[in-house]
Amino acid sequence: MSHYQLDTRRLLCPMPVIRTQDKVQQLQPGDRLTVVATDPGALNDIPAWCRINGHRVVEVSRAEGEVLVEIEVGPSQPLDP
Amino acid sequence: MNKQRKAIALISGGLDSMLAAKLILDQGVQVEGINFYTGFCVEGHTHAIRKKDVQKQKRNNALWVAEQLGIKLHIVDVVEEYKDVLIHPRHGYGAHMNPCLDCKIFMVKKAMEWIEQNGFDFIITGEVIGQRPMSQRKDTMPVVAHQSGADDRLLRPLCARNLPPTLPEREGWVEREQLLDLSGRSRKPQMALAAQYGFTDYAQPSGGCCFLTDEQYSRKLVDLWEHRSSRDYTLDDIMLLKVGRHLRPAPHFKLVVGREEGENNFLSGYRKEFTHLTVESHMGPLVLVDGELSAADLELAARIAARYSQGRSAEQVMVKVHYLDGSECELSVAPLAGHEIAEAWQV
Repeated sequence: MSHYQLDTRRLLCPMPVIRTQDKVQQLQPGDRLTVVATDPGALNDIPAWCRINGHRVVEVSRAEGEVLVEIEVGPSQPLDP
Repeated sequence: MNKQRKAIALISGGLDSMLAAKLILDQGVQVEGINFYTGFCVEGHTHAIRKKDVQKQKRNNALWVAEQLGIKLHIVDVVEEYKDVLIHPRHGYGAHMNPCLDCKIFMVKKAMEWIEQNGFDFIITGEVIGQRPMSQRKDTMPVVAHQSGADDRLLRPLCARNLPPTLPEREGWVEREQLLDLSGRSRKPQMALAAQYGFTDYAQPSGGCCFLTDEQYSRKLVDLWEHRSSRDYTLDDIMLLKVGRHLRPAPHFKLVVGREEGENNFLSGYRKEFTHLTVESHMGPLVLVDGELSAADLELAARIAARYSQGRSAEQVMVKVHYLDGSECELSVAPLAGHEIAEAWQV
C-alpha cells in the first residue's frame, strides 16, 4: 500500500474530481490518496465520486481555506469494462 | 442466457438525462454515466466563488444524479478538444455563443469512442424532439446520430417511439414499447415521471447548464476574442469571464473588479499572472488588469478601483498597484463618480 498526494488547489469543481479520478486510475486497490483542494465544492463532490465508484473516504478535513480528502482506492477500477 | 447489454448515458445533471437513464436501467441494461466538462458548464463554480452563495448546496449535479440512480459516472475533461467546437461550429451558433448542435454531435462522438474502448453496446441521451430550438429538433436529431458516427447505436428513450427503431430496439436489448414518445417544450411529462420515480430536488437546467447560452457571458467571450489576435483561450480565460465586473475603458485594456470577498479571494489566485490593484485605505475590490497601461490609464484604473471601494465618497483613496515583477507603487486618487463609469465600458 502506498500513499500519494494530489494538489488541486485553485481548481474549481469538477476539475478536482476529474484529477482525482485520473489519479486513482493509476493506483492499486488499497493505495491511499490525499487530495488537497481550495474549492469547497470538493468537500461534497470527491466523497460523492468515491461512493459512486466504490472507493472509501478515510478522512475529510478543512483548514485555512483548504479541503483535504483522504481516499482508499477500492477493489475495482472504475474504467474497467 | 442473453448477454448483459451495457449502455453509457450522457448525464448532464438535469432531469431529462436522469429519466432516460432510469428507463433503460429498469429494462435490466447495465448503465454507466458519462459527463463531459467543457469549461462552460454551470456547476458549483459560481457557488464556490461567491461568498453570498456559501450556504447554497455545492453539489455537482451529474454526480448527484449518478448517485440517485446507483450508477458509476465518468467525468471527462474535454476543455482542449472543445475549443474547436466553439471556435469553428459547422452548424453555427444559437441565440448567443452556444454551438448546441455541434456540441451535441461532439459529445455523442466522444461517447461513441468511449463505448468502443470499453466494450459497451449503445448510448443513451435525454433528448426530446422539439425540446431545444437547435439540437433537439426532428430534423437535427438524425444529424446528431449520423455526424457523431453513433448512428443507430444512439437511443433517446424519452422520445424513441417518435423515431425509427434503433439497434438496441431492433435487437431486443430494450423493449421499444417501454420507451416514451415525448415531444415539445413542455416539462410536465418529465416532472410527472420524476414524481412517479420519487425523484425530487433535481436540477432544472433546461439549457441553463451552459454559460454559452447566457447573453452576458457570451458578450464577455466575444469581447475577449475581439481584443486578442486569435480566438484561442485557456481554461483560466473562460473561468475569469464568470467572475467579477468586467470593464473595458479603452480597447487596449480590461479590468476585472471583484464584487465581494469571495470573488476577491478567487481573483487573488491570479495575482502572479496579472498586474493588479488593491485599495489600501478602505475596504475594496481586488482589480485584475488585462492589458498594458500607460500612466494615465493606471490612474483611471485606480480611480475605478476606488469607485468600487467603501471609500467611494472620500476625497482621496489610496490604491496600490502590484506589478508582475513584484514591484509596487501607491497612488492617491479621487474615486470616479457613478456617472463617470461609462455604460460602454461594461462588458
